Amino acid sequence: MLTASALALSSAALADTALTIGYLQIEQERPPTLSNLDPLPKDNGLAGAQTALDDNLTTGKFLGQSYEMITEVVSLGDDPAAAARGLLEKTPFLVLDADAAALLDVADMPEAQDALIFNTAAGDLSLRSESCRVNLLHTAASDAMRTDALVQVLVKKRWSDLVMITGTHAVDLSYAEAMRRSLNKFGLKLGAEKEWVFDADMRRNAAQEVPLFTQDFGDYDALIIADEVHDFGRYVLYNTWEARPVIGSEGLSAVNWSPVIEQWGAAQLHSRFEEAHGRSMTAQDYAAWAAVRTMGEAMTRTNASDLPTLRDYILSEKFELAGFKGRPLTYRDWNGQLRQPIAIAHPRALVAQAPLEGFLHQFNELDSLGLDRPESKCEAFK
Amino acid sequence: MRILSTVAALLASTSLASAGEIWVTNEKDDTVSVISTETLEVIKTYETGERPRGILFSKDFSRVYICASDSNAVQVMDPNTGKILNDLPSGDDPEQFVLHPNDRHLYIANEDDAITTVVDTESRKVIAQIDVGVEPEGMAVSPDGKIAITTSETTNMAHWIDTETQKLFANTLVDSRPRHAEFVKEGTEMWVSSEIGGTITVFDASNQAEKAKISFEVQGVHPDRVQPVGFEFAAGDTHAFVALGPSNHVAVVNADTYEVEDYILVGRRVWHMDFNEDRSLLFTTNGVSGDVTVIDVASRKAIKTIKVGRFPWGAAYRPSPT
Repeated sequence: MLTASALALSSAALADTALTIGYLQIEQERPPTLSNLDPLPKDNGLAGAQTALDDNLTTGKFLGQSYEMITEVVSLGDDPAAAARGLLEKTPFLVLDADAAALLDVADMPEAQDALIFNTAAGDLSLRSESCRVNLLHTAASDAMRTDALVQVLVKKRWSDLVMITGTHAVDLSYAEAMRRSLNKFGLKLGAEKEWVFDADMRRNAAQEVPLFTQDFGDYDALIIADEVHDFGRYVLYNTWEARPVIGSEGLSAVNWSPVIEQWGAAQLHSRFEEAHGRSMTAQDYAAWAAVRTMGEAMTRTNASDLPTLRDYILSEKFELAGFKGRPLTYRDWNGQLRQPIAIAHPRALVAQAPLEGFLHQFNELDSLGLDRPESKCEAFK
Repeated sequence: MRILSTVAALLASTSLASAGEIWVTNEKDDTVSVISTETLEVIKTYETGERPRGILFSKDFSRVYICASDSNAVQVMDPNTGKILNDLPSGDDPEQFVLHPNDRHLYIANEDDAITTVVDTESRKVIAQIDVGVEPEGMAVSPDGKIAITTSETTNMAHWIDTETQKLFANTLVDSRPRHAEFVKEGTEMWVSSEIGGTITVFDASNQAEKAKISFEVQGVHPDRVQPVGFEFAAGDTHAFVALGPSNHVAVVNADTYEVEDYILVGRRVWHMDFNEDRSLLFTTNGVSGDVTVIDVASRKAIKTIKVGRFPWGAAYRPSPT
């Protein structure tokens, strides 16, 4: 008796709704690094999207909703535009793993003007500011969110005398720039800065070189490493002239996801992910997971799969994503950035989660991380 | 001094009520702590399987069932000796469960597998497995035994199970990350808490329609951190006591008007709870501070904190053995 009436109700109320998601990976040139310890998983990002797709499918089966994902990988030297065009013919919903330049190329294609693209890889500040696009949302944390998070820890610990070593790659330089901005924002000063210029193999001689290299920093509270390609930073730890903590790209880092996050149900997401993919979940996997889950959550709540309805809902106050970080995740309506807590972690444990207690904000404490409404030069969302 | 005398007075008054025990699972110690509802002290600690969470007693209190999540088993313990009598097949990662009014069937949420497992405690066999949403957690069963509920944290639904056919007959959306479910008022209402959504949804159990939504607001705490999790009802179902997780408060909700009447400060990351026999005292598990807060229900005041193991999670009452 229960069965008949309720089934009738649910099938009448919920017509079949289907969503197709395009996943586009545009391979980036990876500079060689000294260590071979951390090979980048081939399905970095994609695996997270797949886990989210599975989550969406499970939910969808109770609502008469279905999802499919089409994947395209563009190898180095191949034409991203052709692949993007192919996907956009099938769906306006794209998850994009690319660097900032390639991302903007796709977002500016005529075929993409009525699309919704999720940036899951690029942390560049400009994408959240003057180079923002109305069809581009960001589930990847911006560099500024990560450096703001780390600087909140510095403020809290009163580590105010700081020095920095910066690598020479573009990503290192933009991370260093974001760090300077964050230090300035929270009123801390950077003392000396040095560029990493060694071309020797540090696995053999770090112990001899790094103490000398860091000796003329004199005394300081913490050493910041800007080494986003993870080339030399790992050899600085425990080799500095002064016994001081190392933070930034190595040591104590700010990340939007890490296997050491256990609280807030995160252990469940880790185990689901590890069972499916046989490895631990990276920050980029998480960003892709959040993008695909965002679309799923919007379709669950609106029972619609058309772009205007989903986009409006995603950017509205009604939207909230449970993202295993202890707070609902929402999107900034001034630049399309996903608001999210940032983990302050070392490879073995979570140390803190930003925003740290005491960093208040008139609207949302999460907006103490990254470009706040008055700071962003984004006009496209107005 | 005043607090002490209140405690003494309360202790005197509670000793008139029948004596009992609150059993608390310590998720990160693999133990249960047994608290006397008379002395408000831990009187025994027993070892369990790995990561004990859900806990409940058989109708005659002769057995205690414990979800040993990382041992992938429900353990059956003799509460008088602390001996594990046997394990029940539970499916992977059992987190929460309920005992059907028939005193035989356990409905178990298998968090990692998106499944609800039904186990016969007598034959020790799995009699059904039901596909539910991602990360099932909250479990409830109606007093007449006809309906079981599973809530799924990532799918954000309450799944309604017909216990005769062991099949789903309805799926109702709730706010983000549902954690706990209870039938109240003789089974006419079904309540579901949503941790990240920050609400409790009240359903009319007869037609699964949403009847009310309860929100919370703790002064000085950001709304994002006000996260309803476990809840229990005072005598006569007049009021719900709702654990609000990292806001470190328990809310007192009028179950007729659905309005919040009070907030009681307790330990850190308050999670689940249970009452003593006459429901004059409420015991809440506080995961982060590793203790149990005792609340005097009449005055709605916390009267004592009891240190237990690491990450206390579930709580269940039984009368003291005679």
